[in-house]
Amino acid sequence: MTEHPGEKHHECCRGITRRGFLTSMGVGAVAVGASGKLLAASPYAAPVVGGNEMTRMNFLVNGCSHALLVEPRWTLLYVLREQIGLTGAKPGCERGECGACTVLINNVTRYACLTLALECEGAEIVTVEGLIKGEDLGPVQQAFLEEDAFQCGYCTSGQVMAVEGLLRTKPKPTLDEIRRGVSGNLCRCGAYPHIFSAAQRAAELSAIRAGVKP
Amino acid sequence: MKEDSKQEKNFEAFPVPDPPRPGEAPKPWGKTRFVGKPLPRVDAFERVSGGAIYPSDVRLPNMLYGAILRCPHPNAQVKRLDTAGVESMPGVRAVISAATPGADLTWLYRQARPLKEVSSKLFDPHCRFEGDAVAAVAAETPWQAWDALQSIVVDYEVLPFVADERKALEPGAPSVQPEGNLVQTERYERGDVQKGFAAADVILEETYRTACEIHTPMERHGCVAHWEGDRLTLWESTQGVFAVQSGVAKVLGLPLAKVRVIGHYMGGGFGSKLQAGKYTVIAALLAKRAGRPVKLILSREETYLVVGNRPPCNMRLKAGVKKDGTLTALDFGLIATGGAYPAGGASLVDWQVRDLYRCPNVRTEATDVYVNAGPARPFRAPGHPPGSWALEQMMDALAGALKMDPVELRLKNITTVSQAREGQPPYATTGLKQCLEEGAKAFGWKEAWGKAGKDLEKGDLRRGVGMASGLWFAGGANPPATVIIRMFADGSINLNMGASDLGTGTKTVMATVAAEELGVWPEAIQIENADTGVTQFCNPSGGSTTVPTSAPAVRAAAIQVKQQLFAIAAEELKVDAWDLTLMDGAISSKVDSSKSFKVSDLAGLKKRGVIIGIGSRDPDPANRVVNPFAAQFCEVEVNVKTGEVKILQFLSANDSGRVLNRLTYDGQVIGGITMGIGLAMIEGRVLDGKQTGKMLNRNWHDYKLPTALDVPPEMISLPVELESSELNTTGAKGLGEPVTIPTAAAVANAVTHAIGIRVTESPISPMQLCRLLEAAQKKMTSLP
Repeated sequence: MTEHPGEKHHECCRGITRRGFLTSMGVGAVAVGASGKLLAASPYAAPVVGGNEMTRMNFLVNGCSHALLVEPRWTLLYVLREQIGLTGAKPGCERGECGACTVLINNVTRYACLTLALECEGAEIVTVEGLIKGEDLGPVQQAFLEEDAFQCGYCTSGQVMAVEGLLRTKPKPTLDEIRRGVSGNLCRCGAYPHIFSAAQRAAELSAIRAGVKP
Repeated sequence: MKEDSKQEKNFEAFPVPDPPRPGEAPKPWGKTRFVGKPLPRVDAFERVSGGAIYPSDVRLPNMLYGAILRCPHPNAQVKRLDTAGVESMPGVRAVISAATPGADLTWLYRQARPLKEVSSKLFDPHCRFEGDAVAAVAAETPWQAWDALQSIVVDYEVLPFVADERKALEPGAPSVQPEGNLVQTERYERGDVQKGFAAADVILEETYRTACEIHTPMERHGCVAHWEGDRLTLWESTQGVFAVQSGVAKVLGLPLAKVRVIGHYMGGGFGSKLQAGKYTVIAALLAKRAGRPVKLILSREETYLVVGNRPPCNMRLKAGVKKDGTLTALDFGLIATGGAYPAGGASLVDWQVRDLYRCPNVRTEATDVYVNAGPARPFRAPGHPPGSWALEQMMDALAGALKMDPVELRLKNITTVSQAREGQPPYATTGLKQCLEEGAKAFGWKEAWGKAGKDLEKGDLRRGVGMASGLWFAGGANPPATVIIRMFADGSINLNMGASDLGTGTKTVMATVAAEELGVWPEAIQIENADTGVTQFCNPSGGSTTVPTSAPAVRAAAIQVKQQLFAIAAEELKVDAWDLTLMDGAISSKVDSSKSFKVSDLAGLKKRGVIIGIGSRDPDPANRVVNPFAAQFCEVEVNVKTGEVKILQFLSANDSGRVLNRLTYDGQVIGGITMGIGLAMIEGRVLDGKQTGKMLNRNWHDYKLPTALDVPPEMISLPVELESSELNTTGAKGLGEPVTIPTAAAVANAVTHAIGIRVTESPISPMQLCRLLEAAQKKMTSLP
């Protein structure tokens, strides 16, 4: 993980820890119940916040730090889109069924709609906008463009991030690994076969850009 | 290998086509530079980079978030609605209901074919389907808006309901509408079916059912509404900005000019976004009341309940055929429902039976009934995939009874006239024969079909192949359509059209057509589209009519620009305008190559500032029918122990006229197949008909769509390009809908080929298949 001066490292550095997750969930439950009493019963020694209390958070998104006040119930997707203004990650279902909001959190593909903003302190978040260097598309994006791996394009950010996440762990995926790798991302237009070719092409392009012979 | 190897396609440059002589129509393109090539989309960068701004992405200064309170019952009267205290909740800025001044508006439900209208209210006290709108709020954050909805108190008188269309006409069924539950029965007859059956050697009869399918485009329905004085601007996720404009203007009583609808990008519609929704008007009312812009995007659950569906269809088909395969009679019956209001629930389901195959004696009877469920909306080839499910399975069964190859049986019954239309006019082109023959050859059909299911047994696995064909009712011109092309003094080009690009590649195709005529690369053409404020009127993108309607208008506009440009250049070069040609921004004389000019150097163009070409589209000739045709072939593997079906390969042969862009063409084909696989295998609305009448699978977890693991990794798209002077000037017919019509039936036929059991109800779920396999097993063992 890149060191950023002034960034406080949270215990969740790869995905989330069970403890971090439960802490966030507990706060979420309080927000719904609007009862401060539940807090006292929390067995976790984590700091507690009230349901409608804003918490100051630092989000490290695409290498830029954003200091924001967030409500405990806000999702990462909401903060990215409606607070920071990065609308690449899309809301499709907001319940973890479609993958249109897929982002990378510490290099792991995650649904931003199922991730509470509070879980993300200190985490390194990459959205589809973060794959571009200046005006040059990242290899996965370039491959999607070449293979016409989309139609309406609404699920595309999520598909691109799913392939990006796959290639970061498996630079040369098999067709079967690609199909599984994007199987958590729905495409109602049905561009799947083109997405498979795009993922294969993306692996090629990534290797070329890294100076590796494909 | 180099990184840009894919980009280095061969696009040999050559001069543009000559403009037509006065009084002549443009000639069909011969050799093309861009048309038909696999060029990436002109807006691909925006779509892959996250930079494309969809209506869901619009964020205006001072914007609020709206949400709608919906009736949780399938049939209920609102007895009391209490919003006391809600307006003073944290962040809440507007609350509206039927009691709010200005919100007591009429909402008209209307079906076109046959015309029927029922008047209701925007917030109707009688909620006839689960999810009808009761009240709405706007707040600083969506979370606060949802909090506010929870705090509105509603007393409902819950009424009896009917959820099953098969029970809607039973005596004692609760009435959905005051006049009862019958919307209408539509009858069609030609020839004499009794005589037809008397002449038949084989008669088969079967009942079929397709489940109700929900569109669920990835981007949910909704908009951002913004008032500037008395002018309303809406960023709406829509297939037709002008349809939304007229819908909203009518309900709110606004002049059309005061309603601007913008829909540059939209995340899929499939027919469910051809009109304004209640949500559009509600967003406008909330924005007006709060005096601030409002974003109102429905939740995924709401999109399952209130923005349309493909109606469930209960079908009966009796067919008669001679020994040689000649069809003698078809008798079709249907009960379907468009929900609680008129919505064309039974519309066009019988069209395949009426029109696809040559048959002198045809009778159809289609009954549309009301049930307490969300109103239908057109869904990709309305009526056709269910009709195909019945007809194409019947054709397969007839072929089986005749011991005939199913492809042969279909070839035997091809027609070149549209029999169901008045006067039986001929089709401009009929590519069904070529689709069947070329598709069968490319698939290796004969060999695959000849292998009996037994030859392919492997443990619990059985393989089979199936095919089906189809035609789409529309797919030709849907005028009016006007396109304006401007060439500026530096030779750069702007294309202005009203059509929405649903992801089908409309913008790319139009840019390609203009590029072909004007000799520039498609991505050099800047496009303005889908904005009622600044682009030209056209009908919504639907019916597979957008390309055949707007592309010829683009060609006409480009030709006008070229003619004017040549006139200016002829004067400056002192040559005959007819001797000029154009390529990559340079005009030159065909007779004297030394005479050449950069377009940007033309003094006449600089002086004028801009050349404007206006193209429009006339209707297709009245005595010709322009319809696309398709034939599809697939192979499946059935696990007879688990009931699972794996689709191994798919091929679609399509007669949709000329291919204008091969990449987006293939995209439509694989997308249509994928959606058809959904209808065949997994999709179906489940209503709790016995206890609550509520929808039980209103999310993508319980109502599944095909995923990357449910489609064959490769699908083959085989275009059949027939040229005809009777098609439009681009030679293209519609594609988006015909590609999904025969898919489900082809899958069902393949399953039958694999296991010898016919599955007449969709979806072919493992549960259903296991039940059928068990029943077949019992029948076998009970034989003496």
